[in-house]
Amino acid sequence: MISLKKIKSHMMAFSLSALALGLAGCHGGNARGDFVMPESFDDSRDIEIVFWAKNDTNKTQTEIYAKCVEDFEALYPNVDVNMKLYTDYSAIYNDVITNISTDTTPNVCITYPDHIATYMTGSGEVVCLDDVINDEKYGLGGSEIRFDGPSAGEIVPQYLGELELSGHLMGLPFMRSSEALYINKTYVEAMGYEIPDIPTWDWVWEVSEAALAQNPDGTYAVNGQDVMIPFIYKSTDNMLITMLRQADAGYSDDEGNILIFNDKCGQILKEIASHGATKAFSTFKISSYPGNFMNAGQCILAVDSTAGATWIGSGAPLSDIHDSKKVDFETVVRPVPQYDAGNIRMISQGPSVCIFNKDDPQEVLASWLFAQFLLTNKVQESYSETEGYVPVTTKALNDPEYLDYLSKGGEDNGEHYQVKIDCVRMILDNIGNTFITPVFNGSASLRNAAGQMVENCVKTVRRGGRVDDEYLQGMYSDVAQMYRLGEQRVNAGSRDLGPLPKTAVILLLSLAAAWICMGIVYFRDVLKAKKSGKGE
Amino acid sequence: MKKFTAIFAAAAVIASLSACGGQTDAAPAADAKSEGVMTYADYAAADVDTEVTIETYVQDKQGWWENEGVGNATFYTQDKEGGYFLYNMPCSKEDYDLMVPGTKIKVTGYKAEWSGEVEIVDAKYEIESGDTYVATATDVTDKLGDNDALSAYMNQYVTFTGLTVADRDGAAFTYGWDGSGEQGSDLYFNLNDANGNTYTFVVESYLRGADSDVYKTVESFEVGNTVDITGFMYWYEGPQVHTTIATVK
Repeated sequence: MISLKKIKSHMMAFSLSALALGLAGCHGGNARGDFVMPESFDDSRDIEIVFWAKNDTNKTQTEIYAKCVEDFEALYPNVDVNMKLYTDYSAIYNDVITNISTDTTPNVCITYPDHIATYMTGSGEVVCLDDVINDEKYGLGGSEIRFDGPSAGEIVPQYLGELELSGHLMGLPFMRSSEALYINKTYVEAMGYEIPDIPTWDWVWEVSEAALAQNPDGTYAVNGQDVMIPFIYKSTDNMLITMLRQADAGYSDDEGNILIFNDKCGQILKEIASHGATKAFSTFKISSYPGNFMNAGQCILAVDSTAGATWIGSGAPLSDIHDSKKVDFETVVRPVPQYDAGNIRMISQGPSVCIFNKDDPQEVLASWLFAQFLLTNKVQESYSETEGYVPVTTKALNDPEYLDYLSKGGEDNGEHYQVKIDCVRMILDNIGNTFITPVFNGSASLRNAAGQMVENCVKTVRRGGRVDDEYLQGMYSDVAQMYRLGEQRVNAGSRDLGPLPKTAVILLLSLAAAWICMGIVYFRDVLKAKKSGKGE
Repeated sequence: MKKFTAIFAAAAVIASLSACGGQTDAAPAADAKSEGVMTYADYAAADVDTEVTIETYVQDKQGWWENEGVGNATFYTQDKEGGYFLYNMPCSKEDYDLMVPGTKIKVTGYKAEWSGEVEIVDAKYEIESGDTYVATATDVTDKLGDNDALSAYMNQYVTFTGLTVADRDGAAFTYGWDGSGEQGSDLYFNLNDANGNTYTFVVESYLRGADSDVYKTVESFEVGNTVDITGFMYWYEGPQVHTTIATVK
């Protein structure tokens, strides 16, 4: 647990921040007022909207976005969609934050729910979709829509629910993915291990340590090479978040309380560090992409996004390494390692889309129409087929064309690349086993902090240090300070978020009392000083 | 706060006086390392994950940016023996502006290797006064075809002459690795040497943006052009020079 001594100095900053946010109230920041749906879409004048799109450094995805824009503009000829391409969610996030202050946010952008929560603070003015989706004419599946989009009931409820922030729908899901454990079946079986349907952490650690066995000449027995990093996890923030969820340990809650600095988290970090110390385990940030090592036969277990499936495996259509470095092996896909194989927990992730409010309601309506267009079958299916993504609508999931695509897994190493389609099937089999983390202003920082702690622990042991209770105490303190955990926890709010939680009320009352006491003491001292004639 | 500032100032004065007192001998020659500082050979021999302390000279730098309130920048540095890539080194904007090409710095951090690129991470630095050094580019054209020979120049300022622009996805360059980017993204292009070996070069947008001469020059490339290239010998699963100068012959 974080030491009281070290956290004390942060409390004043947190207190002031919390008080300021509390005083700002839940309705602050929305200078334009809520978006009100126009009676009808205005065809008579030109409307320009800006769309910031994210792709996975994947040319096919950018082509799909471009085609989507082209098709939409054909349906709404007076709307001009200007697209800007990104390959990184955090770059979009940083640019949106920068542009909020100058009121130059895009109209539509691909984003994460965590980021939307931050956009909602200040004057971010993300359009609330509570009423918008149900509008008779222009809502999802509305009567005046010029394309065959999904109705509200045709969006997978779990995915739509991920965009509910404080009880309000603040965006739409665009694609969903998860993480997968990619296994070099050929090498693992050669080591004498059977691959379980649901691998556990114990199994993964055991196999990883066993893969470090060396030949007399110093090469690794499993691959005959000089390099072997048995297990690499791409996203260490997901890693810790998932392990905590599987262990029923605290991370955060819906009120934005930071719960991550707990004993179970310490145990998990020590467990990870112990395998970092032997170099049975490493991370993307420390070593590089898991797929690069796996395809070279230098890694046998890799956890990466299903949206990276086309980079992993002997026949992977995408690769960063020279052909001469590739080795032949069979890849199998499994859910991420579990603590309890009978109670699978895996993260739900993937791009969502949000809309920013503008002065012109027609511009916002055009934005909303475009966002809906992203959910049409053609866009959903074509984009999902570029990687291990799952469409977010039942309309697309049940489309015979999509089902035909899934049935052709392994027919080729391009469109029907086996590993990619295995990933999609794995997600579809586990929709009920996925989870998301609470979204609040500051949840993006907490996520970064989780990853940072894994990286810190692994780096420390690699450098000869120890990860023990004392180390963890210090790291918790440093990370809490760096990521300002606790300072931003009052929920994002340009909207009415309901009554404050009891704990927050008590906190604010305590703070008010503290300030009153400080004021009394201050004025008493001033009076005393005046009486004694010394001044200050 | 005033009290703290006064104490800090006094400590700084004492520290600087004691430092001066320690330098009774003549100032070290340009290539001599201060006490406790590794030579390039020591650095090259050090294992990954070990702490290293070096003295080096800034040659170029990528853009400064903030992460959770902490400023960072990536620096290309070199002494007279070899190159050092300082990845995401925390630094203030003020110091970043001071660290112009030639500036001598002392750096302590950890040696790391990422996809073959040897770098220093989690680094701290001190700007040192005195001598400056700006490297001239070493012509390593004759090393093409031999990655081991090229890797000996990793992170150094190098130049290649007489290479031929090769086709890359139907064009002379792509925005982004596979063409999924747009103007302003990293520019990738392939060049052939005289023996037909193909190498990928990049104009890293955080080092030279879309307004730079090199970016515009590469955008003007046509397949078959003969070009000279100068830049830093970066490594990503093989040599991938971060290009700063491109000339069409």
